Amino acid sequence: MASEEEDMNLIEILEENVAIDTSRYMSYVQSPSCGAIATFGGTTRDTFEGKTVLELRYEAYVPMAVRYIKTICTSARSSWNLNSIAVAHRLGPVPVGETSVFIATSAVHRADALDACKFIIDEVKALVPIWKKEVYTNGEVWKENSEFLERRDELGNSSCQKKVVVDGPERKGCCGGKVKMPPEA
Amino acid sequence: MSTNSFESLSKKMDNAVGGKDDAFIKVKVLFFARARDLTGMADMSLEVSLGTTAHDCLNKLISKFPGLEEIRNCMVLALNEEYALESVVVKDRDELAIIPPISGG
Repeated sequence: MASEEEDMNLIEILEENVAIDTSRYMSYVQSPSCGAIATFGGTTRDTFEGKTVLELRYEAYVPMAVRYIKTICTSARSSWNLNSIAVAHRLGPVPVGETSVFIATSAVHRADALDACKFIIDEVKALVPIWKKEVYTNGEVWKENSEFLERRDELGNSSCQKKVVVDGPERKGCCGGKVKMPPEA
Repeated sequence: MSTNSFESLSKKMDNAVGGKDDAFIKVKVLFFARARDLTGMADMSLEVSLGTTAHDCLNKLISKFPGLEEIRNCMVLALNEEYALESVVVKDRDELAIIPPISGG
């Protein structure tokens, strides 16, 4: 599912088993007027708290996810001078080493591109209804973003355009840490 | 106004104000991630009376699916693809999503 606006935002939630083609998004944001392209790629890592991760599996409330990514792009544009933005997120299984989320921003100056890129991934983690399940050799668990838990109380209260600077230790979620073990044979 | 149309208008008003038994609306409920694991379904249609809040809908869902209690305190609700407070009143054909803690990115 893809969405493109006058504002040169490319937002894609990719179907299962469709890998992210980063060159496509680089081409999209590139422009002769821009001196900078900043990118972020989130990749599946092989370990979490000592447990071996086999893969991540993603699902999303797609229409709402697209809507909120659009809102995040609008918010980024209100804070920085940007030319183009591309945000892509995979669904389904994403094996170790592969990229699940990719963000590219372009701007005349690098500070805008870099700062906006960081803002966008931080906001995606706090707001966009996408979920990942971490799959281990001996179980699986739905992950919870601390960015979401920290801002949970604001949701529904105001628009998501507020920029929140968060410090401090990661808060443990109510469902986090529970590893679902398969029944003993 | 004829007698017939007055009676039907009066009945509609009674339903709206008095919350009589036949003033029901249908809300589509979506379950994601852990919520879907706990209920065993991705979506369902929930029939509730006029004036019901999202909070009431949630209580009704928890009574149907007690397992949802596990995520009661960390989930949020979305109404028609926007995050919503539990105090919001749901309307006929609204889409209510049960959003467990997200983990995109």
